[in-house]
Amino acid sequence: MSIKERMSGNEAVAYAMKQVNPDVMPAFPITPSTELPQFVANYIANGEMDTEFIPVESEHSSMSCAIGAEAAGARTMTATSSCGLAFMWEVLYVAASNRLPLCMAVVNRALSGPININAEHSDSMGARDSGWIQIYAENNQEAYDNFVQAYRISEHRDVLLPIMICQDGFITSHAVENIELIEDAAVKQFVGEYRPEHYLLNPEEKMSVGPYAISPYCMEAKRAQAQAMENAKQVILDVAKEFEAISGRKYGFYEGYCLKDAEYAIVAIGSACGTMKDAIDHLRKRGIKAGLLKVRVFRPFPGEEFAEALKDKKAIAIMDRCEGYSANGGPLGAEVTAALYRAKSHAEVINLVYGLSGRDLRVEDVEKIYENLIDMGEHGVKDDHYRYIGLRE
Amino acid sequence: MKGLTEIRWHGRGGQGAKTAALLLADVCFSIGKYVQGFPEYGPERMGAPITAYDRISDQVIRVHSNIYEPDFVVVVDETLLHSVDVTAGLNPKGAILINTAQKSEDLMPYLNGYQGRVYTIDAHKVCMETLGKYFPNTPLLAAIVKISGVMEPDTFLAEMEASLRHKFAKKPEVLDGNMQALRMALEEVH
Repeated sequence: MSIKERMSGNEAVAYAMKQVNPDVMPAFPITPSTELPQFVANYIANGEMDTEFIPVESEHSSMSCAIGAEAAGARTMTATSSCGLAFMWEVLYVAASNRLPLCMAVVNRALSGPININAEHSDSMGARDSGWIQIYAENNQEAYDNFVQAYRISEHRDVLLPIMICQDGFITSHAVENIELIEDAAVKQFVGEYRPEHYLLNPEEKMSVGPYAISPYCMEAKRAQAQAMENAKQVILDVAKEFEAISGRKYGFYEGYCLKDAEYAIVAIGSACGTMKDAIDHLRKRGIKAGLLKVRVFRPFPGEEFAEALKDKKAIAIMDRCEGYSANGGPLGAEVTAALYRAKSHAEVINLVYGLSGRDLRVEDVEKIYENLIDMGEHGVKDDHYRYIGLRE
Repeated sequence: MKGLTEIRWHGRGGQGAKTAALLLADVCFSIGKYVQGFPEYGPERMGAPITAYDRISDQVIRVHSNIYEPDFVVVVDETLLHSVDVTAGLNPKGAILINTAQKSEDLMPYLNGYQGRVYTIDAHKVCMETLGKYFPNTPLLAAIVKISGVMEPDTFLAEMEASLRHKFAKKPEVLDGNMQALRMALEEVH
């Protein structure tokens, strides 16, 4: 039985944290994720959780502490945003390479500077090559559902990698919307108890974590880690199928909205996808075959699946809520374009940067993008292949 | 979208415009509506202008942009009338509600020729007579419910009483003041 509620995205993820009730949470506050450790601390104070909450003096420490706890054999979580995530950089790689399946709720926010607190994907996109699984949400419901699925993916013995559960700062983290929660018992049964195979506090098996690897062995360790990321693809799909059985909600690598018969497609991540769906409904009424590929899983990157879903499209706009400063487009643009090239796609493709630092994207803006795609489908890309949307002139 | 009401709140950081928007979303959820209540922050400091929004609908809400053509606007702090274009995009068939002791005709010069209905409420007076402290949210919430017609005032009072009774279970004395403030606001807004 589902429970109908209304919650902000942060409340929703905190509620999932309460239901999963991991062993340890080290955390340091940073807007807009600050509420997550706040809510958890409240739950603990009220006796609704028995997670060991560890207040630390920085994000580098919170991630280091999370690594220690997870290596010891404790199910561990933390939360952060923006510069907090950036400050974890060095140790993000340590968590992944030591194959520690901890879970971090990321509330996406712009990196400095200029200093800005609003939604952008530059923080987690910057960490895209750190070896963490990354799953993104359109709204509070998906953020909640993704957190419930997180440990089943990360702790799977074919995977054993840390996982980021991402949502858009303020736009979903601070917006109260309707949501359907799953009952405590069903969540607990779905997630299960954590029984690590190897862990530091096991007196029967002595081990060390994070040792030096000399060149004859180091490359093999990295190859094994890459294999784990590949394995995560199947596990993500399997866990989603089981999750559908308890929730009725279907998840995969992406959500296609009016995508199958679409001639013109947008590829995007996060909260803006809801706005795009409204725009698509308007355009469909006018007979325009518009569609959306909403990316849910960015790491591992399901390039073949995305390319297959986008085959036969006349024109595609790949939207990055992140400036890559590569002078060649954003990260989603680069990777989706590469996937299309491998699949020998003939679509006209542009990469649009939008929504930086919380800049709003309106339904009307999205409709203009599709009108531009129609023109591109007929006449090819006229201007730059990589450009900005919603920039003040 | 059919059956959709959009409301924009103008306040200053620390005055509770965001909380008011969330309370409205809350009470509309309790009668079975789809809701969205969210803030838009500028610089994070007390006193800076902030905007908050509500969408209330009979259908699932997917859009995640701000509200540019609201049906209703609430001005929590009348000093904002001098610096913020509060009627921007406001539906002429809708209305604006201003928290002020002044008469609405005296405020017309600040409303950029807005043709729709203009309501005022003296939330300070309501609060002082019922709560003894200034919490403008409570009277403004009641007033916007009445003006916007998102629900019947009687339903609203019943839902609020249930919710406040739960919220202040350990401080029942707070309940009466708040309920009086809501009832008085429903009478006082004009």
